[in-house]
Amino acid sequence: MNRIKRAKTADRFMTIIFYCIAVFFFMFLAAFAGYVIIKGFAGADVSMFKFSRRGSIGNQLFNTIYLVFLSLLITVPIGTFAGIYLAKYAKGGIITKFIRICIETLSSLPSIVVGLFGYLIFLVIMGMNKSLMAGALSVSILTLPLITTTTEDAVKGLPKGYFEASMGLGSTRWQAIFHVLLPACLPRIMTGIILAAGRGFGEAAVLLYTTGSGTNIRWSNWDIASSTCPLNPFRSAETLSLQIWDLQVNGQDQALANLASAVLLILVLAFSIGANVLSNRINKKNSGEKA
Amino acid sequence: MNSKKGMFAKEYLWRTIVTLCGLSVIVLTLVIGGFLVYKGSGTFFKFHHTIGEFLFSPDWAPIDNMEGGGSVGTLIFIVGSLSTCGLALLIATPFALGSAIFMTEIAPSFGEKFYRPVIQIFAGIPSVVYGWAGLTVLVPAIRNVFHRQVGHSILAAGLVLAIMIFPTITSVSADAIRSVPKDYRMGAYGMGSTRWQTIYKIVLPASASGIFSAIILGLARAFGEALAVAMVIGQTTALPTSIFSTTKSLTTEITAQMGNAMEGGETKTALWTLALLLFLISLLFIFLIHYFSRKKPETSGKHTKKAVKGGM
Repeated sequence: MNRIKRAKTADRFMTIIFYCIAVFFFMFLAAFAGYVIIKGFAGADVSMFKFSRRGSIGNQLFNTIYLVFLSLLITVPIGTFAGIYLAKYAKGGIITKFIRICIETLSSLPSIVVGLFGYLIFLVIMGMNKSLMAGALSVSILTLPLITTTTEDAVKGLPKGYFEASMGLGSTRWQAIFHVLLPACLPRIMTGIILAAGRGFGEAAVLLYTTGSGTNIRWSNWDIASSTCPLNPFRSAETLSLQIWDLQVNGQDQALANLASAVLLILVLAFSIGANVLSNRINKKNSGEKA
Repeated sequence: MNSKKGMFAKEYLWRTIVTLCGLSVIVLTLVIGGFLVYKGSGTFFKFHHTIGEFLFSPDWAPIDNMEGGGSVGTLIFIVGSLSTCGLALLIATPFALGSAIFMTEIAPSFGEKFYRPVIQIFAGIPSVVYGWAGLTVLVPAIRNVFHRQVGHSILAAGLVLAIMIFPTITSVSADAIRSVPKDYRMGAYGMGSTRWQTIYKIVLPASASGIFSAIILGLARAFGEALAVAMVIGQTTALPTSIFSTTKSLTTEITAQMGNAMEGGETKTALWTLALLLFLISLLFIFLIHYFSRKKPETSGKHTKKAVKGGM
């Protein structure tokens, strides 16, 4: 009888502990996000939101978004095609196994190593200057595995009937993929792309030696070949995450770094919440179809 | 007939494109690995240092020219990485496991609907933000609470890393715990065990391999983190003597030195060797994860009983 009592007490005790841990971390994470955002905006003044050369985050915010856009231009086609290859064309031999190992290796590479590699390939060997493009290409190496695996999972997750019905109507494999499978799993691939974008926004170690830290652009200059044109992908550019790093190194403007952190956090949170909402909607829709 | 021909031409064309994209992943990985080996091996072949010196000597004084002749012992960075990551794991793992158990066993519906998405969202927060928050909040706090001259320390780095890897370990081990078949729990309850007994005698042993994978995944993330650690570790080239010591880690040394070293010189080559070492460590982590999860399919058979017995 005593033993049972003890077991029951232990059970109650551990349940309370688990509740405490969960509540504590929940509060902690919420407090962390709240603190960063509130502190960032509380210490900011209007001039920090401007697009001026110094003491503002406007240019950096633009650079961040533009860099992620450039990198998605590269990874989305390659990543989705590689995913389609793995899901529908690969025959499951040694090569396929090897591709999987490679994807895993790529996705677990420390970002500073990718940054060094990008620096070596794009700057030292190909002779590019520190530029948005070199940074975007390097970030692509990091996001490629993510997009590839989500595409593969998305295509494989579709009911078999989609592909078989299309093939049964006399389509080729590609027609089945392009006209039936891809439209059906587009939202799921979108989720992967949004997650990849979120990862790109926050990346800093990769960009440290590939994009440089000066932003010298003039918003009136729309000649794309000019080095001060905002849209020129071959100009050096500082992103929000690099700005935080640089301000930390120089230690001059705490309030600006706080604001940059807050804006970066909001940007990333918005994208991951977006991906979450989207995938929830997909799951609901799919379970609704089955019922 | 003609359109049919076009249809097949398209099929072959796209098959080629798609296959090329698939193969490009291999090429990219091999190129990265190849360049790291090529650049990193220079320390041993061009500047004639031994692997023993590189791994176990605490003297880090490479000379920034083509002749070399300095010393390239990286023990300080290895110890720095191991101590910060070890501390992070020690702090994060119990809490992460507790949260994972909470959201799968104790409050599954709340956990699934609310806790899990929140944890996943936090897994994506950029590391510079963690680093900056660590620098502005944690470092002064450590300085005041423990009456130190500087707050930059292994403790600060360990705490920042712990917060960073907590979501990763939580969500992956929650997946592992959730994949334990319901029958196991029903069997345990049927024998009259309490929920806690079921959790630590049945559920945890049965999901042990998945939990190990989760921990290694967290460790891999901590090991590869550069900037957040660099902000709070203090960056002094000395072996740490306590958790309040300032030191350097593998990643932070690369971050700090790469920009000012000469191309092809001894310093830069040694930094490439550090990068190669990081690459090899991340391969080791992948191998370990595969090693732990390979046992998984067998869990449904005889092995589980053994595993469960071993757990008791």
